[in-house]
Parts: sequence; structure tokens; C-alpha cells
Amino acid sequence: MTFPAFLFYTFAALAVLSAVAMLMNVRNTVAAAMSLVITMVALAGIYVLLEAHLVAAIQIMVYAGAIVVLFLFVVMLLNLRSDDFAPPRQRLVKLVGALLGVFVMSELLRAFGGLPEFRPPPEGFGGYRQVGIALYTDYVLLVEVSSLLLTAAIVGALILAKRKID
Amino acid sequence: MVPLEHVIGLSAILFTLGVIGVAIRRNLIVMLMSIELMLNAVNLAFVGFNRVWPEGPAGAAGAERALDGQIFVLMVITVAAAEVAVGLGILISMFRNRDSVNVDDVSLLKW
Amino acid sequence: MPVEVLIKTVFILIVVVAALAPVITWIERKQSAVMQDRIGANRADVGGITLLGLLHPFADVVKLLSKEDVVPEGANRIMHLVAPVIAAVPAVVAYAVIPFGGVYDFGGEPLSLVVANPDWGLLYIFAIGAIATYGTVIAGWSSNNNWSLLGGMRASAQMISYEVTMGLSVVGIFMVFGTLQLQDMAQAQDTTFRVFGFLEYLGLHLPPWLGRFPFVLPAWGIFLQPLSFILFLTTIMAENKRPPFDMPEGESEIIAGYHLEYSGMRFGLFFMSEFIEVVVIAGLVATLFLGGWTIPWISQEAFIGAVAPIFGVGFATGLCLVVHFASFMVKVIVMIWLQMALRWTLPRFRYDQVMDLCWKIILPLSIANIFVTGAVMLLVRGQP
Repeated sequence: MTFPAFLFYTFAALAVLSAVAMLMNVRNTVAAAMSLVITMVALAGIYVLLEAHLVAAIQIMVYAGAIVVLFLFVVMLLNLRSDDFAPPRQRLVKLVGALLGVFVMSELLRAFGGLPEFRPPPEGFGGYRQVGIALYTDYVLLVEVSSLLLTAAIVGALILAKRKID
Repeated sequence: MVPLEHVIGLSAILFTLGVIGVAIRRNLIVMLMSIELMLNAVNLAFVGFNRVWPEGPAGAAGAERALDGQIFVLMVITVAAAEVAVGLGILISMFRNRDSVNVDDVSLLKW
Repeated sequence: MPVEVLIKTVFILIVVVAALAPVITWIERKQSAVMQDRIGANRADVGGITLLGLLHPFADVVKLLSKEDVVPEGANRIMHLVAPVIAAVPAVVAYAVIPFGGVYDFGGEPLSLVVANPDWGLLYIFAIGAIATYGTVIAGWSSNNNWSLLGGMRASAQMISYEVTMGLSVVGIFMVFGTLQLQDMAQAQDTTFRVFGFLEYLGLHLPPWLGRFPFVLPAWGIFLQPLSFILFLTTIMAENKRPPFDMPEGESEIIAGYHLEYSGMRFGLFFMSEFIEVVVIAGLVATLFLGGWTIPWISQEAFIGAVAPIFGVGFATGLCLVVHFASFMVKVIVMIWLQMALRWTLPRFRYDQVMDLCWKIILPLSIANIFVTGAVMLLVRGQP
């Protein structure tokens, strides 16, 4: 097994284990959030292996570094304590549904026969220069619309969390 | 490197874990985190597929669209950030009204 | 190749973490004493010899190691244990991309005095800064204490706000140097530029004496982007919770905020990580704005070209390496001195003042800086 393959399987195992830890961690919401951070950092490692360097850096900076901190901030603000699983019968029904989803997905994956191999990418693939040029020449409208979306989200979050509307 | 099936398989496993998380947990914060996990799984699939076609789709405009997958991942991260902001705002106002973040406690409209 | 990386890593760990961080403890005590017109700590001695207080860091280590490790009742033991580690590791790991010297050709492979020089070097620093937030947040929450929680919450809001402005304030430097690699940025500062050169592009003719020393400045970031220097220094000091932005730490002025419930070597880890971050800030500012390892007005080729005819090329390159490393350390020490001086001069910000400063003052200023830089680059180079 080559070194990149070994790294990939390590990161994949880490991501899956911490995702399971996030789900199973009933008593401690903060521990669940930290497990999510571990998942995201492992995924960022996989992005680097897949030659998506800018996306990996942005994943750590934005996702693991700001979004989950926001979750932690709200948990600490509201001082949320423990939690329970759903009542047994409801949980069983939903779990069966989720497992059906897994089964369907595995059937879909089995249908994957002719996926192409990895070829060596061109120079600078996934680097900040090429992605930046693509973002601001071909996809500049996307950037502008996403700025509108973020403004709408900021205004929405402000209004939702205000104490009273005056 | 690993075959692409393994990358997509990992993405499918993480997505399913996210779905299970939304299904079996009652705490709204953990449900939001499971949604983030689903979005991450989808991002991984995008990046994986982008890697196997580094020169872009076939056809005349191929080279311009070679990095489509990664640009879409950036947009997914943006949308996830916006959704987390609004979702946490809803959660805070829900907590103020009902003093709990358990979704079973906001079932007034349920028949 | 990995052996070279290992040697450089060990060198950085020994020189910076093990040697420089304790010296900074001493600098802080002595500098604050001198600035406040008192003597400072000078009692620690070995056999009656006090070295002006240089032995105090060792006394600190012995004291911290021999203290009892207290975990408060009702606290989460695992989180309480892990939080100082999460705070300390990003501080040390950030040294991987800071260049201590240039690229020297000793006949074989060129030797570059930086541990790693990836394509996206500066983004690595920002990502590591994002991870460092968690140490503070988890420490504040896991201590089962109201004041720690308050300190942790304020720290999280402050750190994520200043991450944004930290990134935006150096976009001007990226635009001017055209690269994110710190080693290449330092090398791009190895030349000089004419201060009044921009007049030529406005159509005026420049007299020759205006194009020579002393109207020729080294092409350092601080001369090319002065506003960016001020904004970056402010935001990175706020990001690392250095005073005057140490609201999360000393907020009640008596109770220590997020590292309230830590004693012994766990507190020592927080303490050390703050001083290691001081050196990271100094190294980053020196690389981006003060020319890194370069000597003002004397470029590497000029130095080697001057020394080589006398002593030979190999010796000249080695001497150049030593001189560049010394130049970098001098700049780092100047920046450390500056941070200490800022600490002991300015009063602490209030929390709403900190947030106001970030979002209402620094953010618009850094965006304005980007616009002005773009306009000037369009004028000077003909293309942005």
C-alpha cells in the first residue's frame, strides 16, 4: 500500500469513527461538536490527497474553524446539558428507515462499474490561483449571488435572535 | 491512490450516518450537526469526482469547467454557513420560548 | 529529504520553543520592570549567582511541575485535560512555514531554511489559527465555572471575528507580492524600490539623484503597505489574545477567565503557548512586512558577490546564511520588544470596544486598502 493510500484509509477511518462518536455521544453536546471537528479535519486531509488544496484550507478555516465554533458558542450560551434518544418505538421505525437508506445506497454503489481511474492532474490543479481565476472570471455571478445570500442570512439571524421587535 | 469507489463509498457512509443522526437524535443542535455531516459527505463526493476528470467535461468548453466540482464545494460551504447562522437563530428563539431544544417539545401543530 | 525536514524541525523546536520562549518570560518581566521604573524579578539564583533574573524561567518550570494538578469537581475530565494541548499544539506547529533564512546553493541541492514551503503557505497559518480557538473555548467550558465560561465565550467571539479581518488585512500583501508562499515573499523583499518612482507614471520626469540612496528604500512590506502592517499587527495580537486584547483572560482583573481552574503544568502549557505565539507573531510580521531574513539595501547576490572574491563562494554562501539568520532573529526580537511595549502601555479594551474595532473600523479599512492597492498596481504595472 502506498503512503497516500495509507493516509487516505487512516483519515477515512478517523472520519467515520468520529462521526459515529458524534451520534452516540448523548450526554455531552460539546464532545459531539468536537467529534464533528475531527471529522472535518480528517476530510480536509482527504481533500489535500485529492489535490483540492484551496478547498482543504477553506474547509478548516471556515467549517472547522468558524461554523463549529458557532455551534459551541450557542451550546455554551444556552448552557445545554444532556439529552435523550427518541422514545423506543419511534426510534426503531426511524432506524429501520435509515438502514433501508443504507441498503439502497449500497445497491447504487454496486452498480458503479466503470468509474475512471485517477490520472495525474495538470500543473496547479486545485491551487488557489486556478480556483481564484475560475471564480472571478467564469463564475463571478455565483460569487455575487452568494454574497447576497450571506447578507440575507446575517439579517435573518439577527432578527430571529433579537429579544423583542421594536 | 485508492480507487474512486472507495472515496465515494466513504462519502456514502458519512451521508448515511448523517441521515441516521437526524433520525434518532432529539436535540436540535445535534440534528443541525448531522446536517453539516451530510453536507460534508456531499462535498467529498464532488471533490472526488472532480479529481478523476481534471481536464473538465468532454466538449468544447471542457477546460474552462475543469474546476467545477471544487467551486461548487465552495458554494456548498457558503450555503452551509448561512444555514447554520439562521438555524442557530431559530434555535435560540425556540429555546427562549420553550426553555428546551428537544424537538419533541415543539409539537403543538402535530395532530 | 525527510532527514533534512527532521533536522530543521528539531532545530526550530530547540531554538525557538525551548530556548526563546523562556527568554521571553524574562524579557517580559524585565521590560515591564524597566518601563515601570522598578527592578523586577532578580532573586532566583544558583549558588548565589543571580544572572539578572535569567534563571527565573527555570524556577518557574520547577514550580509548575511540582504543583498539584487540580481538576474541579463536576468538570469534564477528558476535556479539561485536552484543552491545553489543543491550545499549545497549533502555536508550535505554526513554525513549519516561517522562513528563517533564504535559499542557499552549496553546490548540491539548494538548502532552504524553512521546514515546509507549500503553495498555500499563509493559508496554513490562518487554518492553524482557526484550530487554536478550540483550546480556549473547551478550557472555558470544561471548568464548570461561571467565570471560565464567560471568558471562553468572549474568547470564541473575539477570535473568530479577528480571523476574518486578519485574512483581509494581508490581501494587500498578497496582491503586491503575488504569492502565498512565505519563503517567496521574503525573497521578493530582497530588492529596493524608488520611493518617488510613482511620479514617473504620472508623467513627471524623475531627476537622477532622486533615484538613488537615500530615496531608495528596501522593498519591504511595511513600506509598500503601511496600513496593512498596522491592521495586521492589531488583528493578529487580538487573535492570539495578547494584551491589550486579553479580555478573555483577565476580564475581572482578578479572576483569570478561561484558564482559571488550571494549575501546575497545565497552566504552564497555556502560559507557554501564549509566549510561543508571541514568537509566531513576531516571525510572521518580520517575514511579511520587515523583509524576513533579508538585509536592507544589500541583496543576497550583492553580498555573495562582494565576499566571494576574497574568501571563496562556499564560505561566502555560508557567511550569508549566518548573516541572514542573524538578521531574521534581530527583527524577531524587535517585534517581541514591540509587543511587550504595547502590553505594558495600553489599557485593556472593553468587550464591545473590541467587537466595534473589528467590524466597524478594521474591516472597512482593510477593504479600502485592497481597493487602493489594486488601483495603484493598475497604475504602476498596467495590470492588477
